[in-house]
Amino acid sequence: MSEVKYIPKSKLAKWFDSRLPLLTLAHHLQSYPTPKNLNYWWTFGGILTFCLITQIITGLVLAMHYVAHVDHAFESIEHIMRDVNYGWLIRYVHANGASMFFLAVYIHIFRSLFYGSYKSPREVIWIIGLLIYILMMATAFMGYVLPWGQMSFWGATVITNLFTAIPIVGESITTWLWGGYSVDNPTLNRFYSLHYLLPFLIFGLVILHIWALHVPGNNNPTGIDVKKNSNETMPFHPYMVMKDLLALLLFLIVFLWFVFFAPNVLGHPDNYIEANPLVTPSHIVPEWYLLPFYAILRAIPSKLGGVIFMFAAIFILMLLPWLDTSKVRSAVFRPIYKKFFWVLVFAVILLGYLGAKPPEGIYLILSRLATAYYFIHFLILLPLLGRYEKTDPLPMSISDPVLDKPGVLDKAKKAASEYEGENVGSFK
Amino acid sequence: MLDHLNKYLKKIIISILISVIPFSVYSEEKNIDFIKNNWSFDGIFGTFDRASLQRGYQVYKEVCAGCHSMQHLSYRNLSEKGGPEFSVEEAKVIASQFEVEDGPDSEGEMFMRPARLSDNFAKPYPNVEASTAANGGAYPPDMSVLAKARAGGADYIYSLLMGYKEAPASYELDDGVYYNEYMQGNKIKMSEPVSEGIVEYSDGTNPTKDQIAKDITTFLVWASEPHLETQHRMGFKTIIFLIILITLVYMSKQKVWSRFGPKTKEEEEDETFDKVEKVVTEYEGEDPKTFK
Amino acid sequence: MSKEIKPKRRDFLFTATYAIGAIGVGSAIWPLVDQMNPDSSVKALSTTEVDVSSVEPGKTITVLWRGKPIFIRRRTKKEIDEAASVDLKDLKDPEKDSDRAKNPEWLVMVGVCTHLGCVPLGEKGDYKAWFCPCHGSHYDTSGRVRKGPAPKNLEIPKYEFVDTNTIKIG
Repeated sequence: MSEVKYIPKSKLAKWFDSRLPLLTLAHHLQSYPTPKNLNYWWTFGGILTFCLITQIITGLVLAMHYVAHVDHAFESIEHIMRDVNYGWLIRYVHANGASMFFLAVYIHIFRSLFYGSYKSPREVIWIIGLLIYILMMATAFMGYVLPWGQMSFWGATVITNLFTAIPIVGESITTWLWGGYSVDNPTLNRFYSLHYLLPFLIFGLVILHIWALHVPGNNNPTGIDVKKNSNETMPFHPYMVMKDLLALLLFLIVFLWFVFFAPNVLGHPDNYIEANPLVTPSHIVPEWYLLPFYAILRAIPSKLGGVIFMFAAIFILMLLPWLDTSKVRSAVFRPIYKKFFWVLVFAVILLGYLGAKPPEGIYLILSRLATAYYFIHFLILLPLLGRYEKTDPLPMSISDPVLDKPGVLDKAKKAASEYEGENVGSFK
Repeated sequence: MLDHLNKYLKKIIISILISVIPFSVYSEEKNIDFIKNNWSFDGIFGTFDRASLQRGYQVYKEVCAGCHSMQHLSYRNLSEKGGPEFSVEEAKVIASQFEVEDGPDSEGEMFMRPARLSDNFAKPYPNVEASTAANGGAYPPDMSVLAKARAGGADYIYSLLMGYKEAPASYELDDGVYYNEYMQGNKIKMSEPVSEGIVEYSDGTNPTKDQIAKDITTFLVWASEPHLETQHRMGFKTIIFLIILITLVYMSKQKVWSRFGPKTKEEEEDETFDKVEKVVTEYEGEDPKTFK
Repeated sequence: MSKEIKPKRRDFLFTATYAIGAIGVGSAIWPLVDQMNPDSSVKALSTTEVDVSSVEPGKTITVLWRGKPIFIRRRTKKEIDEAASVDLKDLKDPEKDSDRAKNPEWLVMVGVCTHLGCVPLGEKGDYKAWFCPCHGSHYDTSGRVRKGPAPKNLEIPKYEFVDTNTIKIG
């Protein structure tokens, strides 16, 4: 980093820091230069860190009371809800925390898409971020199985059955995942084990994600490079810390509103019915944050095809930094991309809505259209736009007033033409 | 060409959206509208009506408990805060009216004894199979979390209890199947459980059908969310606290950021110069790199 | 605004923010700590009623209460006399037998050695009463420590006779 080298003051600190540079790391985190024009969409990184830590802590605590056995899982959840001191609070924070985590991660991802944060030199940050997202989905899915309600059981059955679509080895893989011939106690136990493990992998990846971020530094709403340690940046602490904290507290109001006043609206009532392998609920829906992918799965009329498209929808994002060839990062200066961005947002929300509807009639048609758009957006529109879109002129620096006052540019043009007309006197 | 398209893009997108939205909002499922009641436990300040909870327990005991278990509740819950709040003595008496299995004793035999506060509610059937067999192939669900396990919650339960009707002529009902307006598919295997005067309330409340249905619904909502009152109280305090904290953090943040206060006159002049210079270069076409 | 006043106002604002924030963090942590305390189903099991009608003099029964063994011994005349005749000066943890056994015939105590929690063996040791095999503590017929590393007498739980044949512990 281009920061001033940190030298600890006291002798002891010097001794320690030369052996394990924790103090240097702390100093780096404090003084890490952030562009001063970051808006509130940039506070979701901090919010996500908070979500992860909250999930890990509440999860750890729930694990002290939960029993991973088909005969006791549902009962132990009720025990947590009724008997354990503050058990209901901890469980509702954990359950709604998963939803809030995904809400925040979707905002974070779409922020990146809008401002082109995935572009060079930040491809690695983007890819690590996607890996985190994939692990989050796996963790959330397995966590949802643990209460052993009807949706847990049938969700697990449907999702693990996806693997049977793989030719030849599919059946064996599914049997291997189950540890039996259906979703049963061995499945519940291994899901519990993995549900406990994956968050720590996510935590590790988050550290890499932040590390990779600290190499090139933050992108910003203009998408142009900032000069580090100039008046264009401010140290992370206290400026960004205060701003992130404020955003986090606002986010907490939404989060805790759900926890205290509507703790079950994001879940499905059927999951309060204990799992019954003999009766399938009338429609099985995954948690809301997985619905877009579920809609893509069902939009494709072939079993294998659906699975391929669903996974492709995630993995295509890995290629995004190379699919989008535009030299301009931020959508602020890409008038056409900006519109397609909003179409993509709409398509994804529509897919989410359709994922909760039965796959028939108009719903099926719409989900095919939205799926088609999703892939066209990334595979066709982005490469074309990179070539043919005429972008708006970029400002010289992030503090250029062109950004906040659109009228200023015209004024300047007028001033320039006057300048050409040798009317130097009218400057300013 | 693309620029030309851009002009119309917004209009095209918006018109597509407008044409699509009505379809997506349209739902093919027959949505049943449940009867809406003003429940005392609704809303962020919602609390339970103790008397109604106590009556509700009586209804459960006398009407439902013959078939429906509530295995996640225990007798001590009846005297706990936020619930029906029977006195501990009353709850003990209630518990002692039931027999639960205990053991093994010193000879290794299981035996029956009167229930204590710490015991879970006694079950009408030993297992799901037994209750299925005794109820014509449809087992009466456990009611511990019933209010959370049904879309519509309290309104659903109340509506179902009030929704028994003569089947329309077109409907063919097998023996032991009843018509209910609010049941999915309108067929239900439970005969109408609630009717006027089916219980005699010890507190003298008039046992109308509506009253009984409301009391048992209230009881079931409490049973599935026994900490609801604490939840609401704590939630309200938390939100107030957060608003205070947010105000303070907002003010602190503004103070901290004011160190990066408004620009000085010179800085602004510099910027204006940069900006004008840039526009000039654009005009003269000297810097094609930055502009496409 | 003059420069001398500004820092003071800032300090107050920051202190207030920190203080309120600390209250928030504290109250968020408390549920996470309290959940490890005994839950309400565990607390509900904290009384046990024992039928002692079948216990002969000179016999001990052991029942489980809060996960710990409770010794209920119907003492013989000899044991009662022995226990009552001990000089309090000879005791490590002086306690009168009459304070330990409300009804001298019945001795009810927690069967957990006060040294490090092992269960003492009955009718063993120098006093033919209780002896802890882990580190060699000897207890007398009143459950008082007489020898060995244990610092205290065997604990007497809260109990009462509901009727002549039933003891309620807890």
